[in-house]
This record gives sequence, C-alpha cells and structure tokens, in this order.
Amino acid sequence: MSSDLTTLSASAASAKVKSGEVDAHELFEQWRERSRLDDLNALSWSADSVPAEIHTGGPLGGVPLGVKDLFCTEGVPSQSGSKILEGYLPPYSATVVDALAAAGAPLLAKTHQDEFAMGSSNENCAFGAVINPWDRGRVPGGSSGGSAAAVAAGLVPWALGTDTGGSIRQPAALCGVVGLKPTYGSVSRYGMIAFASSLDQAGPITNSVADAALLYSQMTGRDVHDSTSVDHPDPVSEVPAADLTGVRIGVPTELSGEGIESGVLDAFNASLELAKSLGATVEPCHLPHAPHALSAYYLIAPAECSSNLARFDGVRYGLRVDPGEGLDAMYGATRSQGFGPEVRRRIMLGTYALSSGYYDAYYGRAQRVRTLISQDFDTAFESFDVIATPTSPCVAFELGSKTDDPLSMYLSDFCTVPMSLAGIPAISIPNGLSEGLPVGLQLVGPAFSENRILGIAASLEAAIGFDGSAARL
Amino acid sequence: MTEFEAVIGLEIHVQLATQTKMFCGCKPVFGEDPNTRTCPTCLGLPGALPVINEAAVDFGMRLGLALGCSLAERSIFHRKNYFYADSPKGYQISQYDEPLCSEGELAGVRINRVHLEDDAAKLVHTSETGRIHGAESSVVDFNRAGTPLAEIVTEPDLRSAAQAREWLQLLRTTVKALNISDVNMEEGSLRCDANISVRPVGQKELATKTELKNMNSFRFVEKGIEAEIERQRILLESGGTVVQETLHFDPRTGSLTALRSKEEAHDYRYFPDPDLLPVSVDSEMVERARAALPELPAARAVRYAETYGFEQELSERLGFEADLGDLFEAVLEIRGKASDPRLAATWVSGEVFSRVEQDAGSAIEASTLAELLELLEGERITTAAARQVLDRVLAEGGSPADIVASEGLEKVGGGDALAAAVEIAIAAHPEAAAKVTAGEHKALGSRRWWRGAQRNPCSPWRRVGFITWLNNPQRQRFHSQRRWSLC
Ligand SMILES: [Zn+2]
Repeated sequence: MSSDLTTLSASAASAKVKSGEVDAHELFEQWRERSRLDDLNALSWSADSVPAEIHTGGPLGGVPLGVKDLFCTEGVPSQSGSKILEGYLPPYSATVVDALAAAGAPLLAKTHQDEFAMGSSNENCAFGAVINPWDRGRVPGGSSGGSAAAVAAGLVPWALGTDTGGSIRQPAALCGVVGLKPTYGSVSRYGMIAFASSLDQAGPITNSVADAALLYSQMTGRDVHDSTSVDHPDPVSEVPAADLTGVRIGVPTELSGEGIESGVLDAFNASLELAKSLGATVEPCHLPHAPHALSAYYLIAPAECSSNLARFDGVRYGLRVDPGEGLDAMYGATRSQGFGPEVRRRIMLGTYALSSGYYDAYYGRAQRVRTLISQDFDTAFESFDVIATPTSPCVAFELGSKTDDPLSMYLSDFCTVPMSLAGIPAISIPNGLSEGLPVGLQLVGPAFSENRILGIAASLEAAIGFDGSAARL
Repeated sequence: MTEFEAVIGLEIHVQLATQTKMFCGCKPVFGEDPNTRTCPTCLGLPGALPVINEAAVDFGMRLGLALGCSLAERSIFHRKNYFYADSPKGYQISQYDEPLCSEGELAGVRINRVHLEDDAAKLVHTSETGRIHGAESSVVDFNRAGTPLAEIVTEPDLRSAAQAREWLQLLRTTVKALNISDVNMEEGSLRCDANISVRPVGQKELATKTELKNMNSFRFVEKGIEAEIERQRILLESGGTVVQETLHFDPRTGSLTALRSKEEAHDYRYFPDPDLLPVSVDSEMVERARAALPELPAARAVRYAETYGFEQELSERLGFEADLGDLFEAVLEIRGKASDPRLAATWVSGEVFSRVEQDAGSAIEASTLAELLELLEGERITTAAARQVLDRVLAEGGSPADIVASEGLEKVGGGDALAAAVEIAIAAHPEAAAKVTAGEHKALGSRRWWRGAQRNPCSPWRRVGFITWLNNPQRQRFHSQRRWSLC
C-alpha cells in the first residue's frame, strides 16, 4: 500500500515526481479518488481515468489541476455555471489550460462557479450552490467558490480561478486558501468564457504562496490569440520569502475601516503588527476614489457582459428554446430560460448603461472613475511598496442570507474591486480565523510586481502560521 | 413649377482579399462547402477572442490613400451590438467614431470616411422567393462571417443616378487597381447602399433622405436610384412628405419596398471592443502603404490624354483597365519612340479587348503584339491580315511573322501573283473549294464575308482570306470567330 500522496503540498508533490520518488500516474489516481469525496458540490466534473500521458518533465511535475468551469476544456463540459451551456463540450481548450497541461498540470476536475462568474457566494450557480468546507451552512464565496472550496477541502491539489472584481481573492479568503489575481494581460484570456473582458483575469488558487507562485509561473506570457496579453516583464519563477526589513506597507483608510466586520479588522491589525515586528513600516495611505469603485464596476462589468453574453442565442450551441414563433421569440425564450436572475439583472443593467443617450453619463463616466482609481494607486505606490487591506469585509456568510439583497452581496467586493479596475496584481492569503471562520489578508502591488507581492506574502504567511487542515474532508 | 434636384451619397462595402479573415486565421474563400472556413473566433464560440488582421489594416490604408484620405494615427474598433442569426457574436466589430481614414476625395466626390469591419454570415432562406418573408426556414453559412470589409462613406455630392453609377464604376476601377479586392458586385465583394433625398433647386438644406439597400449591379444602382428619385419627386410635387426609411429595390418589378422605418431603428449600443487594442499607424506604415500604391486609374487616364493627345474614351479605357494600360505601355516600350502610340492604343483597347474581354491584358505577350504592329505599320500586311494574324495568335500562339510567312499573308500587288496563289490553294484543297463554289457559303463561317467576296471577287484581300481559309487545317475554328473575315 503506497502512502497518501494527497497530503503533500502541490510544490512538494511536484518536486517528488521530478526527483522520481513519486509516480505521476499514481499521484493522479490518488487525487482522482480524493476528488470523488466531493460532497460540497465543488466539482462539476472529474476525470474518469488517469491520462495516458502526463508531462512529468515539465516544471509542474505532473501535479493534477482543478479548473474553473468557465475555462474551455476540449471535450469536457465547460458550462460557466449556466443552464444555457449545460453539457457544452468545447472543440478547443483555453490557452492557459493547454499551457499548464504542457507544463505538467493535467486536468483532474472542473469546479463549480457563479453563473458566468457573476456572484460572490456561488449561490448563482445553475447546478446548485457550493458549500464552504469550514461550515456547511455557509457559502464559499464566489465566483470561483468551487475552486476555493475544492482546494481547501483537499479535493484537488491546486486550482485555476478567475477574478473580475474579486472572484479569486474573496472565495480564497472565505475558504482559508491563497488566491492570486495577476496583473491584467499577464495571462491569456483565450478560451475563458468572458464575463467582463477588460477585467477578467485567470489566476491560481492554492494552499500556499509557494504553490501559487509555481502555478502562476507557468501561466504567463503573450498569446497570439489574445491581443490584450503581454509578456511578463518580470516573470515569476521561484519566489523566496522576502525580507520585510524596510518594506513600506500602506493601509488605505478608505478600505480598512467602515463596513469591515470587527473580527476581520482585528485579524487585519494583528497581522500589520506582525509585519512591523518583522521590520516593515506600516502607515495609512489614501485611495480617495476607491469608494466609488463599486459604482464604476457595476456599470463597466455589466456593460461588457451585456455584449459578451449576446452570443448565447440558441442558434449555434447550448440551450435552445424555440416556441416556433420566429427568431426573436426563440432568442427571448432561450435567454430568459437559460440565464439565471443575477445574469439577467446585469445584462439589463449593462444594456441600459450603453444605450444611446446614456453612454456618457454611465459607461463613459465609469471609465473616467476607473482612470482616477488607477491614478490613486500610482500615487500611493510612489510612497509604498505594497498596499494591504482585508480581502473581504466579512467572513463566510450563511447560505441564503444575502440572496434577496443584491446590493449587500455586491459589498463583498468592496476591498477587491479597486485593484481589478486598475488592472494591478493582488493576492489574498489566510489571515487566521474569526469566530472559527477564515479571514483573508490582501496584498496589492503595482502592475507586474507579482514577484514582490508573492515574496512579501510568503513572509507574512510564515509569520501568521495559518492551519487550514480543519477544512480537509 | 418647382424644379427639383437629387442629392445622393453612397455607402460602399468592399470585401478585402486578404489571406485570412478580419479577426481570425480562417481563409476567406468563396464557393466552398458551407461552414468549412470557420474557427472558434468567427463562429463566436464561448471564450474565443478576435485579433486584428494587419494585412486588412494595410489594405485599408492603401484604400484611404488612394481616396486622398488622411489616416488616423490611432483608430478604434467598437462593438456594434445587434441580435440576428447572421451575427455569431451578437455584435459586429466595426470602427465607429475614430475610423482609420477620413476626409478624402475621388473625382469631385468627397469621402467622409473609410473604416474596417467584419462581415456577417450568410443566411440562406429556404423559400420560393429566397427572401426572408414567407421563408419556411433559414440556414446559416459562417464561411463569410469575419471576412474583412472596408466601408467607404461619401458625402452627399452626387446629383443623378447616372452620375452615381459612373462614379461607382470609377471607384471600382480604383479599388481594382489597388489589388485589394475582387470588387465584384454580383458576387457581393462590392456592395452599394445609397442615401437619397430630393430638394427644390436652390435650397441649401438637405431634405429628408431614404436609404436604398443592396443593389447588386451597376445597372440596378442606377435604376434603383432613379426610381427612388422619381418616387420622392412625385411625392413632393403632390404635397407629400418623405419619411426617413430604408428601402429595398426589386430590379425585376422596379418597385421599392420599405424594410424598416426610423422608429424601429436599432440602438446599436456602440462601445470600444475591450478585446482589442487601438490600431496605431506610424509614418513607416503609411510610407509602406503609399509605396505599394500603383498609379491610380484617374491619374493614368489624364496622363494618356496629356502625353498622347488621346480622346477621353480611349484614355479612360487604357487608364481604368490596368492590364490594358500595362500592355499598351509595354508594346510602346518595345517598339520605341518612332512608333505610332495611337496605333498601339487602338489595337490594345479595340482589337485585343474586343476579342478577349476577360484579362485582355494577359491574353497576348507585349512582344507578340509589338511584332504584329511592326508588320502592320511597316505596311507589310494589311489591317485585315493583321486581324487574321491576331486571331491565330490568340487561338494558337506563335509568332506573327511566321504566321504571315506560312499563310502567305504578306501584301502582294494583286494580278498574277495572287491569281497563282489562288490556283495553288484550290488545287491543294479541291473538296473545300468545290463546296465554296457550290455556294455553301456557311463553310466560310461568315455570310457577310462570302457576300462581299461574291460582290467583288477580284478584291485581293478577300482572295487572300480565301486562300488562308483553304490552307487552314483547322477550318472549323474559323467558323466560330466572327471577326475573321471583316475586311
Ligand atoms: Zn475563423
């Protein structure tokens, strides 16, 4: 009887496969069996068998991967959490999925998400809500809730998520795992079923900062199929924990006071003290336009989604509901039955924001706010190396507690949306517990500073010493 | 009674003949099996993204330069959102308020803009009429989806249907010279819509206009515009008002039907496509595009008129058909300064063109035509003989001098020499000669020739034709060439 390889971290397993100590097929098979334990509704699909070929020679050493539903995976259901794409089998795979498979992270499972990545609780999933492994009455966060819950529960060694306004970081915080939202453009979006094109970005969800760095290192690079992708000017390889001596941490007053739960705030302040004790300086800073970020986000993201989701019309793929009364009736029936209420709400909002006569007042103005927020960060980074905030204003909330109140749900992204609008990298690491539930710490840097924030995150991770084993199934 | 004048502006779509589609790597080829030239991007599959085709931008720049436009250093692709089965993404990617080219002019007609966009898929309606009304079902062929289009928008500077057609033909010739499109109206690689209004002569303000859609030949453009001008004039004269609407012209019946009125117009919800970066054009790219420009048809016609004193029609025939102009210049080049340019011009634009309208310029080598004209100008053969030689050369190739020698076409003085030649030919081909003598004039292919020969049997050139015919081993071939005997 071989040992339980699923208790190894992804980095450690990768090293052992590369050194020949562990067989990649055996590793995959053990994870495949683990993935069958899912009783959280975290996974939408998992592999039937071990792939014939695993690229063990690649930098990722054959450690299998969980992938959010919205990444196209050839021949494997890719539904973006929506009934309109139920059972949809794409004829091609997303660039990043292919790249990770080639680097030695074969596809193990697909993970549930909020429909089209719209949500902060994973309750907007057409295939049922995902459950938080820390407390089965609570949400895992969203929209990459399936990936975060699966990593926390040990159903997959590591996973891909996507972040549009906080969809990697917030569920990572609520599930007690690490989530990195990279610089916009550093990872190809080709094959990611789009929500809001100018904001969507793929990133790793892992058990440790080292795992996040390892996975991210193989995700970056210019893709000829994505015009908005670029080569990373400072590619991530191995990220050693940074020496915090003299590191200047800025704490934006706008994102670290009002509206943040006291337990979350206590954990946040404790970690700032810890950073100081390691030699960092911690001072308040200002992001004066950050409080407007949510308003701008809820115009830009719906506007883009109203256009991105127009292709789901029942003509070429996915659900078709045809009452037999012509094309318009087919569109109407297909889309009103195929999309859930939150998606329909955002399509309506975005359609309105772009309509003639309102464009300047809504979409145009939101884009100007976005520029101002970006400038706020530029100014702050003149004085600070990194900015720290709580990731989520609250810990995981009870299932159903916010579903009737979209506005309070939207506030979940209060601390994460400004970075998405600015396109800059941000990582959430576990920051202890509040009332037995995980809390997240967010570290933010300038564009392409992944090496810096991963290094600082690794030091704080070690100092915080979070133990997530309670969530393991 | 009030005099009215028409005010016409055109919107022209030109399919660009690039190797790949506007935003993906598919080859835009026509006449293939449906849905064989597609990929995730041009099918609008989930997750697929567009990438701008640089060649299409280059073609667009050439077009802009040829139309005297200024090129924007930075232009933007917007999404034009609308739902229809021919729109796989639910939006068209098109340039909106920041187009690639703006403010140009061609032959006195101002160009408002030239911008790039992607073509829609092709809907095939399975009904009796092929029109969507009454169609039982529709199928979609995505081969056309994503084909690069350049849209050219003119200012309302045209004043008549005939002028619109002539100008459109010049535009077609100009685009053809750029070698960026097939510009074939029947096949849809050139499409024209017209904005038409009618106002009292002397009125400065533009009247309410209507839009006439998709007229698929130059003739229909003229007929359609004419019909719409007439409709508006009658309406105005009877005290009615023109309603802003989109109309479809049916060339079979000459009728105009409304497609949709302004009230039902789409709100396209334009916004910059977040999947694409702005197109930036630097001076190097502009210079490269400029260097790739050929001499434009209008300029070439002017040059011929000025250099050789040709009349307008001849200048334009040679200037507007690039291959004819090229052949003309090559022949002139070979024959040198001493030769007669008009002879070369009329032979290229007349004799050669009338025989092979398609690709006339490449039907004959310049050196061959030069050799023939040398014989003609040197008075070694007659015009009629030269025409025969041209027929032979076009049909079978070969050298004009050799054909003249082998067929005995060299000018002869008549009299004994010719009579002897006829006797020899008749002796060599007794059966054919007997047929002709028996009055089977059809054997010679042309009734006119035979009648002419009968009226004046002594005309040496008719006899030469007779001899040539008798000596020709492939007489059938001559039957089909109607111009053979026009002497
Ligand atoms: Zn394609």
